[in-house]
Amino acid sequence: MTDRLRQYLPAIAVFVGGIVMWELVVRGLSIQRFLLPPPTDIAATLIEQWPRLSQAGINTLIEAIGGFAIGLAAGVVVALATVRFAFARGALMPFAIAANAVPIVAFAPIMNNWFGVTSPVSKMMIVAVLVFFPVMINTVRGLLSAEPAALEMMRSYAASEVQTFRKVRVPAALPFFFTALKVGATLSLIGAIVGEYFGGSNLVLGRVIVESASFLRFSEAWAAIVIVSAMGIGFYLVILGIERLVMPWHASVRSTAP
Amino acid sequence: MSERASIVDVQQVEKRFEGAGATTVALQGINLTIGSREFVSLIGPSGCGKSTLLRLVADLTAPSAGQITINGKTAPRARMDRDYGMVFQAPVLFDWRTIDENVQLPLEVMGVPRAARRKRSVEMLSLVELSEFSRHHPWQLSGGMQQRAAIARALAFEPKLLLMDEPFGALDEMTRERMNDELLRIWERTGTTVVFVTHSIPEAVFLSSSVVVMSARPGRITHTIEIDLPRPRTDATRETEQYFSLITQVREALRAGQGPIAPEAAL
Ligand SMILES: Nc1ncnc2c1ncn2[C@@H]1O[C@H](COP(=O)(O)OP(=O)(O)O)[C@@H](O)[C@H]1O
Ligand SMILES: [Mg+2]
Repeated sequence: MTDRLRQYLPAIAVFVGGIVMWELVVRGLSIQRFLLPPPTDIAATLIEQWPRLSQAGINTLIEAIGGFAIGLAAGVVVALATVRFAFARGALMPFAIAANAVPIVAFAPIMNNWFGVTSPVSKMMIVAVLVFFPVMINTVRGLLSAEPAALEMMRSYAASEVQTFRKVRVPAALPFFFTALKVGATLSLIGAIVGEYFGGSNLVLGRVIVESASFLRFSEAWAAIVIVSAMGIGFYLVILGIERLVMPWHASVRSTAP
Repeated sequence: MSERASIVDVQQVEKRFEGAGATTVALQGINLTIGSREFVSLIGPSGCGKSTLLRLVADLTAPSAGQITINGKTAPRARMDRDYGMVFQAPVLFDWRTIDENVQLPLEVMGVPRAARRKRSVEMLSLVELSEFSRHHPWQLSGGMQQRAAIARALAFEPKLLLMDEPFGALDEMTRERMNDELLRIWERTGTTVVFVTHSIPEAVFLSSSVVVMSARPGRITHTIEIDLPRPRTDATRETEQYFSLITQVREALRAGQGPIAPEAAL
């Protein structure tokens, strides 16, 4: 445990040092508050506004996680079909890879139109589309990544296709899959917030940021940003934790650096 | 080669690979009969079709012409009946399984109950002297230990036939000699028939009951040299006159591979 602490000490020092520097620079140079409020102001607002901000955070998180779940499920299902049917692979993969390169958040206003501006469903849909592509592409790649020698060995055991799939292809795909989940966790909060920028119920973080900024309540906007950031990091860490539980054997988990 | 029941019988086998435009004749006119409990090595220059011949026997690829019989069955039937175990050049162990779980893999595929699987894996790991490492993962083992685990896995379901494709090719000379000693010990204890592909002349002579010499383009069998070194073979065997003279004989056969074949007098 103390080893762990020592390992993270530099990062903690940089974090605390950065906050202190921020405070000192803003106060020392008397930077105007609407440009950059000092951390103490942001913290004060965070405490003051906590009931409203935390409720907004929960609402945004529900959109992000709901969309993440939909995108994840759809991505896995389409990936399985793509791997199972070779013709689907030829027909779908080029489009998936192209779509993955498109800035999908650009569709946020259209989703708002389709599913209702104030409805959380419109935000979930944009998140789902964002999460879908990396999950689908990485799962396909992962399922096809098994070594030819491993597949040949299973053939030498007269293994069924289902056995080869479960015992070789799925474990080989897990590292790819978790990479996609980590990307998806980050994307899901980006998608939810950007969707909200284009309109949504009053009690979501994206609206809080837009409205408090337009009324020059900058420390409130910053407090909302702190909550989004914390949720993004938290979501990522949850995925990382699950990854370590599911595949303790993997090199990325074996080594100390995540 | 043997009057005992034949385990492997290859008759007039040819294998062509149809490439873009060009066709490679990997093997031509291959006849090979291997009797029960023999240890046969295939040796020859790179690209002469040693791996292809082994893969044909294993039904991992189909012959272009000719007949392959394993235990009196066709090669596909023998594969479906799990008549052979195969050891590849790379150990092909799964990182997500412990050594014990890797050894159990073929038994799992075959639907052996858990308790029997465990028991078998313990036996096999003790046979290859990896008992203390059963709970380790493959990356925690040296190359030689990984290859021993792969052998334990191939032997786990007691195949009558063990096919090995340069299993020790990546190991240093010292480790390879130790592995050779162990392989002979295992072979003597389990009573399997072994077909062993190698690049190394001393390895082929030390291990085998006969050495099959091949030549390239097209891949053919040019010589079959009986190795009548007494068993059990030990470090002392490696220093005998007879051992060196057999090595010379195999080397000359390899060299003569491309030219006309002078039949060798048996020693
Ligand atoms: N899948 C394949 N497709 C095309 N050519 C192949 C294939 N496998 C082997 N060959 C060719 O067959 C010949 C024999 O190969 P191989 O059996 O691997 O030789 P060896 O194991 O003796 O080195 C080589 O010329 C090789 O290029
Ligand atoms: Mg080869």
